[in-house]
Amino acid sequence: MSDVILSNIKKTYNKGEVEAVKNVSFSVEKGELFGLIGPDGAGKTSLFRILTTLLLPDGGKASVNGFDVVKDYKTIRKKVGYMPGKFSLYQDLTVEENLTFFATVFNTSIEENYELIRDIYIQIEPFKNRRAGKLSGGMKQKLALCCALIHRPTVLFLDEPTTGVDAVSRKEFWEMLKRLKKQGITILVSTPYMDEAMLCERIALIQNGEILSINTPEKIIDGFPDQLYAIKAEKMGMVLKDIRQFENVQSCNSFGEYHHLTFKQDNKAEKQLKEWLANRNHQNVEIQAIKPTIEDCFIQLMQ
Amino acid sequence: MKQNIVISTKNLTKRFGSFTAVDEISFDVFEGEIFGFLGANGAGKTTAMRMLCGLSLPTSGNASVAGFDVYRKTEKIKRNIGYMSQKFSLYEDLTILENVKFFGGIYGMTKASIKTKSEELLVQLGLEKEATKLVGSLPLGWKQKLAFSVAIFHDPKIVFLDEPTGGVDPVTRRQFWDLIYDASEKGITVFVTTHYMDEAEYCNRISMMVDGKIAALDSPKQLKKTYEVNTMDDVFYHLARGAERTSD
Repeated sequence: MSDVILSNIKKTYNKGEVEAVKNVSFSVEKGELFGLIGPDGAGKTSLFRILTTLLLPDGGKASVNGFDVVKDYKTIRKKVGYMPGKFSLYQDLTVEENLTFFATVFNTSIEENYELIRDIYIQIEPFKNRRAGKLSGGMKQKLALCCALIHRPTVLFLDEPTTGVDAVSRKEFWEMLKRLKKQGITILVSTPYMDEAMLCERIALIQNGEILSINTPEKIIDGFPDQLYAIKAEKMGMVLKDIRQFENVQSCNSFGEYHHLTFKQDNKAEKQLKEWLANRNHQNVEIQAIKPTIEDCFIQLMQ
Repeated sequence: MKQNIVISTKNLTKRFGSFTAVDEISFDVFEGEIFGFLGANGAGKTTAMRMLCGLSLPTSGNASVAGFDVYRKTEKIKRNIGYMSQKFSLYEDLTILENVKFFGGIYGMTKASIKTKSEELLVQLGLEKEATKLVGSLPLGWKQKLAFSVAIFHDPKIVFLDEPTGGVDPVTRRQFWDLIYDASEKGITVFVTTHYMDEAEYCNRISMMVDGKIAALDSPKQLKKTYEVNTMDDVFYHLARGAERTSD
């Protein structure tokens, strides 16, 4: 049985002028770590709000734990945990007061579910008497996660928990999610960082309110239609412009230290491109076939 | 690259009470350079950037930006730099053209040059038809590209970009960097922060702040060599992991 099911969910704003979510359907299995990957404005937050019963869809059906998001909203609210993208705890309550408050609202206590949050809570426990508003970004994030978990939710919704967070804290956060998954909690997490997609079991790539692809990260990568090449040369900016002039090149994008490119016709293309670049006085040209990343797939699917 | 220095700091420090946010940083940035200013959350990047933009007075140390002193010539600095961030860029309830004119005026450009340059800009961005639309109605990617163009509209010597591509889709993010390269080719110095490590690779040089200090400063290639790793992600991880501070 899937824990989360969406079927043709639609959401518009401004009297139908803005289509934030267009006929989105997917499901998340029990105990799965599922990622919703897409840029700002893709519709991720609208979907989270619909699933946590905070927003009514304009069309379609959705259920969480088998309960309908419109009819059974009261039941769903008791069962799920939600960490919104914007910090939404009480800034003028202390760490401990916030946690006690959320436990009490859900008719439980910190002690009852301490096991579940222990790993995360011990990192902020030294500051339990500090007001939430005075915490650093990383600590706020940990407290918000504890508050979303304190009633042992069946499904945890995390809306962009790592946005604006540096690379080290992001890694730590994903370690925490992996441990939570082992406790059997279904996790739906959204992120604009494509590299985080690889840490999910299945992902949905989303853009302009539409799902581009849903699968395991590995299968999405296997579905990349062309052979991808990475190229490096002395003058990276110039080489990018010149490659785009080469007739047989289908796409070429910068990817950090390399440019990634595909050919229209793969036969002998690599050699011809090398000659073309040599004629344009490019030095130290290195080219090699590589496996695509999720970001390559996203760019390809956007076009 | 020409080696004219456009930003120079010497033991630049900012304290808030007993807390040293920026701790004696010294570095130079050259004309036309794309300079990546990296660091973990709370490392002191924003505070350092605010001092360089003339928005916050240092506690001690020296710095000059575009040839002007950060203690005494803050108004001169503001006229010679451009600034944009993910959080603040343009006025959403003004139209595209109104925003361009407004910022041109703020930076002291003449009416005539605002008129000719704004027409050029709209053509260049392919936004002629959208000129009278509210900025709030533009997709985020367009907004960020327009904001960058506005930030360099008055031909500043330096443009400061604070996480300009956060949350932007992967195609637009790359188009944004094309604009950065163009600006740099025109001789505008680009001072940029980012959480995307692939973007760190696009910078000529990178500085890494850890706990208020500059822990490393070099080209991406050299940094990877120094720390014997293959990616900038690993360089970042190696340096930031040692941080003691974790604040925003």
